[in-house]
Amino acid sequence: MALLEIKDLVYETKAHHSTRILDGLSLSVESGEVHALIGTNGTGKSTLASVIMGCEGYGPASGDAIFDGSSLAGLKVHERARLGITMAWQEPVRFEGITVSQYLSLRNDSGRPARYIELVGLSAERYGARMVDRSLSGGERKRIELASLLALKPKLAILDEPDSGIDMLSTQDIINVIAAFKAGGSAVLLITHREEIAVIADRASQLCGGRIVCAGNPANVAEHYKSRHCNICTGRECHYV
Amino acid sequence: MSELEELTACFGSAGGDVKALADAGFAHLAASGHRILSSRTVEGLEVKARETWNGIAARVTVKKGVKLRNPVHMCFGVLHKKGTQKIDMEVTLEEGASAHFIAHCIFPKAEKVRHIMDARVDIGEGAEMRYSETHYHGPHGGVEVVPKLSVQVGQNGRYFTDFTLTTGRVGKLDIDYTVEAGENAVAELTARVFGHATDDIHIRDRVLLAGKNARSIIKTRVAIEDDATAEVTGITEGNAAGARGHVDCMEIVKDRAAARAVPIVQVNDPGAKVTHEAAIGSVDKRQMETLMAHGLTPEEAVDVIVKGILK
Repeated sequence: MALLEIKDLVYETKAHHSTRILDGLSLSVESGEVHALIGTNGTGKSTLASVIMGCEGYGPASGDAIFDGSSLAGLKVHERARLGITMAWQEPVRFEGITVSQYLSLRNDSGRPARYIELVGLSAERYGARMVDRSLSGGERKRIELASLLALKPKLAILDEPDSGIDMLSTQDIINVIAAFKAGGSAVLLITHREEIAVIADRASQLCGGRIVCAGNPANVAEHYKSRHCNICTGRECHYV
Repeated sequence: MSELEELTACFGSAGGDVKALADAGFAHLAASGHRILSSRTVEGLEVKARETWNGIAARVTVKKGVKLRNPVHMCFGVLHKKGTQKIDMEVTLEEGASAHFIAHCIFPKAEKVRHIMDARVDIGEGAEMRYSETHYHGPHGGVEVVPKLSVQVGQNGRYFTDFTLTTGRVGKLDIDYTVEAGENAVAELTARVFGHATDDIHIRDRVLLAGKNARSIIKTRVAIEDDATAEVTGITEGNAAGARGHVDCMEIVKDRAAARAVPIVQVNDPGAKVTHEAAIGSVDKRQMETLMAHGLTPEEAVDVIVKGILK
């Protein structure tokens, strides 16, 4: 049984003229696997992440999401987190008055925040006492967010474009972080539009027009993604660059 | 227990450094109501404090070039349910002097207490003053705090003030600070207040950037809940070339509380620049969801965010 099983998920915006963002999407993530979700901008990757996490305003119109054998329907964000799902947003928010070490100890008893700071390529000595506020650069804040998720030891970590805002030279650091999740027994739903990141996954799915249009071996999916060809949607989204 | 012992005990339980009051290396001034209970000075610091018919008057001078190694502790309070404490204070930091004043204002049982402070501060050329004022109020909300402060910061001088009232009920708070910063001077004003029940909070900070390249920031963090109200006015005027000012106000509102932010930025010299930002409303949804994604309940998440901004 898959750790996360999403079946025929439909999500529509609640605006007056509602738009269907996810259109019967089905996806599964196995325990301990890194599953890359790739797609161009606006195809619904971040929306899917918010739906899985149960964020306010992201309740699906229809479809099921089963996690570890239980339906996620009606569960709030923290209830899903306590089941073992967590998420790093593409643009992590800042917090005043909370140090990095405190942030990494919000709800875990590891007592070793330094270890997780080092795992994301930062110096625990330099960063442990710093505030998780605007004094951190965008890239530093993203790394701290990844460290905080590692400290949680989740069953499933949803990483929404963990490489955005991180310099190209540090791509290997991000790959190492993803490997650290896997080594710790966590599954990762890795949202990205960079194929060089996607290919490190165990499996990959391409999202287009609110559906999965190609799934399987990451290299094959990446090739399909690059081809801008799609047999399911009208092709308009796939060919959008 | 003597009044001094009682004040010292309250000071300690409120987080104050009791040892500093007994240590000859630390200057201090302790007053309950209109009575001066204890004072000590150190070399380079002159304190002339006296009881007047309606309060306490103090003249504090840090002599030219003297850099006080230890903070000067000021412990003010009204230990009874009712009373008034009026403090008239003049502080002078002579050229090149530097000092850190830590004021603890303690009103543990207040049901009808007024604490009025009228202070004038003169910071000489190249001098630096830090003033931290922390209030400890009881649960009754019967305190009226009215601090009025006028500060002149001389050329290359630096002034930092930090007002904190996050323990107990605020009652009624009416802060009115004005700072005039000279050439290359720096002024930083921070206030953190947590209001509950029917607390009524008014904060008015005004900075005049009078000298070339003077710089300032006014930072206000207020959280209010229940039926509390808050109005924060941050005023900065850039009146000289190279002057840079910023007003930063954040107010978190819960329950039926109501908040208002009034940033006023004015520039009277084309070489000056003043900016402002204000965030007012409920707790940020993304911050909430981020903490909830770490497993915190909504209540725990709000607590972390509010405590964070008030820290």
